[in-house]
Amino acid sequence: MLSKSQARNFFLGFTVLFSGTFLALTVDSIRQVPARSHEDQMTAQVVAGKEIWETNNCMGCHTLLGEGAYYAPELTKVVERRGEGYLKMFLRDPQAMYPGRRKMVQYNFTPEQIDEVIAFLTWIGKIDTNGFPAAPDLAPLAGASTK
Amino acid sequence: MRYRSQKVAYLFFATSILLLSLQILYGFIMGFAHVGYDNLHEVVPFNAARATHTNLLVVWLLSGFMGSAYYIIPEEAERELVSVPAAIVQWASLVVVSVTAVIGFHFNWWEGRKFLEIPRPLDYLVVVNVLLFIGNIGLTAWKGRRFTTTGMVLIAGLTSAALLYLPGMITFDSQVYDSYFRWWVVHLWVEGVWELIMGSILSFLLIKLTGVDREVIEKWLYVIVGLTFLSGILGTGHHYYWIGTPGYWKMIGGVFSGLEPLAFLGMALYGVTMSRRGGKRPENRIALAWTVGCGVMSFVGAGFLGFAHTLPQVNIYTHGTLVTAMHGHLAFWGAYAMVVLAMISFAMPELTGRKLYAGWVPEWAFWTSNIGMVGMTGAFAVAGITQVYLERKMGLDFLAVQEAISVHFIGLILAACLFTVGIGLYIWNFIQYGLPKDEAIQPGGSA
Repeated sequence: MLSKSQARNFFLGFTVLFSGTFLALTVDSIRQVPARSHEDQMTAQVVAGKEIWETNNCMGCHTLLGEGAYYAPELTKVVERRGEGYLKMFLRDPQAMYPGRRKMVQYNFTPEQIDEVIAFLTWIGKIDTNGFPAAPDLAPLAGASTK
Repeated sequence: MRYRSQKVAYLFFATSILLLSLQILYGFIMGFAHVGYDNLHEVVPFNAARATHTNLLVVWLLSGFMGSAYYIIPEEAERELVSVPAAIVQWASLVVVSVTAVIGFHFNWWEGRKFLEIPRPLDYLVVVNVLLFIGNIGLTAWKGRRFTTTGMVLIAGLTSAALLYLPGMITFDSQVYDSYFRWWVVHLWVEGVWELIMGSILSFLLIKLTGVDREVIEKWLYVIVGLTFLSGILGTGHHYYWIGTPGYWKMIGGVFSGLEPLAFLGMALYGVTMSRRGGKRPENRIALAWTVGCGVMSFVGAGFLGFAHTLPQVNIYTHGTLVTAMHGHLAFWGAYAMVVLAMISFAMPELTGRKLYAGWVPEWAFWTSNIGMVGMTGAFAVAGITQVYLERKMGLDFLAVQEAISVHFIGLILAACLFTVGIGLYIWNFIQYGLPKDEAIQPGGSA
C-alpha cells in the first residue's frame, strides 16, 4: 500500500516535472506569438485602441478571443463580419442602432478614439487563432430545411 | 478553539458573509438585465455589475481562506498567532481595498481585465496586505512546535497564490501576452494552488470531524494535490487554444485539462470515504455535510461540467458562451464557496461556545442553497447549449438568439431566489452564534 512519503514524492515529482514542461512551452510560445499575431502590424493606434478597450472594461459585456462576459457579441472577427462603416456608425451612438433592445453604454468617443478601437479590433481579427470562432457548421443544413 | 488568537478568524468570516450577500445582489442585477429589465443601466451598467459580482466572489473567498488559515494554523502549529494586531490591520486593509475597488467599478475605475479588474494602485495594496498575512501565519508555523502536512500544504497554497498574483500585474501591449499571463493568475489559482488551500481545509475538517487517523488523511491529501498539479499545470493549455498561441496547446491542454476532474473526484471520494470510515458521528453534523458536500459538488461543478466543454473540438463552439457561466457557477460554489462555508460552520460553535448546529435553520440553509445553485446551473446549461446551437452552429444573429433564450433567465432568477433563501438562513444562523468568547477556549483540544 502507498506510504505517506511515497504520496509526498508523487506530489513533489509531478509538480516539478510539469512546472518545468510548462515553462519550456511558455518560452516556445513566446517565440512563436510575434509571427502568429502579426506583431509588426501592432501600431500605436492599435495599442491606443487596446487602452480604450481596457479602461472601459469592454470585457465586462463582450468577449474577445472568446474571453470576457456573455452579455454582448463576440468581437474577434467583428470587423470582417460587420465592416468598418457599420462599426463607426454604431460606436457613435450604440443605442440608436437597436432601439428598445439590449443597451450598450454611450461612451461619447471622439472620431479618433473610434478609429483606434476599430484598428485594435482589426488587428485582433488577423491573429492566427487556430480557427476560432469556427464557421457555423450547421448553417447549410438550417438553410436547406427552410427552403 | 484552543488559542485566544484564533478568534481573529471571526472578522474574516463575517466579512466573507457580508460580501457574499452583496455578490448575490449584483447577480440579480445581471439576471434581470438578461431578461430585459435593465432599469439600472445608467447607474450600474452590466460591465460594472459583472466586475463587482466576480471580484466580490474572489475577495470573499480569499477572506474566507484567510480566516480559515488564522483558525487552522495556530491549532496545527500548537501556539498563539504571532501577532493579533497585525491580523486586524491586515483585515482592515482587505476591507478598504475591496470596498474602494467595488465603488471604483461604478465610476469606470478599473483595468478591464476579466477577474483582475481592480486598478493598479490597489494592486500594490493587495501585495502589502498579502505579505502581512503570509508573514503572520508563516512566522506562527515557524515558531510553532509542529509542522503538519495539513498546515504546510495550506501555507504552500496561500504563498503560491500570493506569488501567482504577480504575473497578472505585468502589462503588455499585445492582447495575446496579456491573456497568456492573466491565466497564470486565474487558472493556476482556481485549478492549481487554490485546490491546495481547499484540500488542506478539507483535511483539517475531516481530521476534526471523523476521527480517522491524521496520517491516513494527510497521505491522501498528498495524492489529491499531486493529481491537481499533474493535470492542472499543463491544463492551463485549455485557455491557450484560441488566443494566438501555437496549435500544440490544443493537444496538451485537451489531454491534461481532461485529467483535471481526477483531483476533484479525489476530493469527493476523500470526503465520502473518510466520513464513513471514521465511525465517529460528529455532534456538528452540518459541518460534516458541508465538508462532504464540498467534495461532491466540486467534482460535479468543477470536474464533470468542466470536462463537458474542455476538449478543443467542443470548446471551439462553446468558448465564450453561457456554457462557461454554467460551469463557472457550480465549480466556484462546489469547490470554494462550500469549503469556506464548511469551515465557518465548523468554527462558529468552537469560537462562540454556542452549539447552534442542530435544528432546521442550518439544515435548510445547506439543502436550499445547494438545490438553488443546481437549479441555476441547469438554467445556464439550457440557455448556454441553446446559444451554442443557434448562434455558433447555425449562425443566427447574437441578439436574436439572446432574446430567444431570455426565458431561461426567468428560471435562473427563480432558482437564484431559492439559493438566496438558503444563504439567508445560513446568515441568520451565523448571526445567532454571536461574537467569539474567551470562555469558548478549550486548552486541552477541541471536538
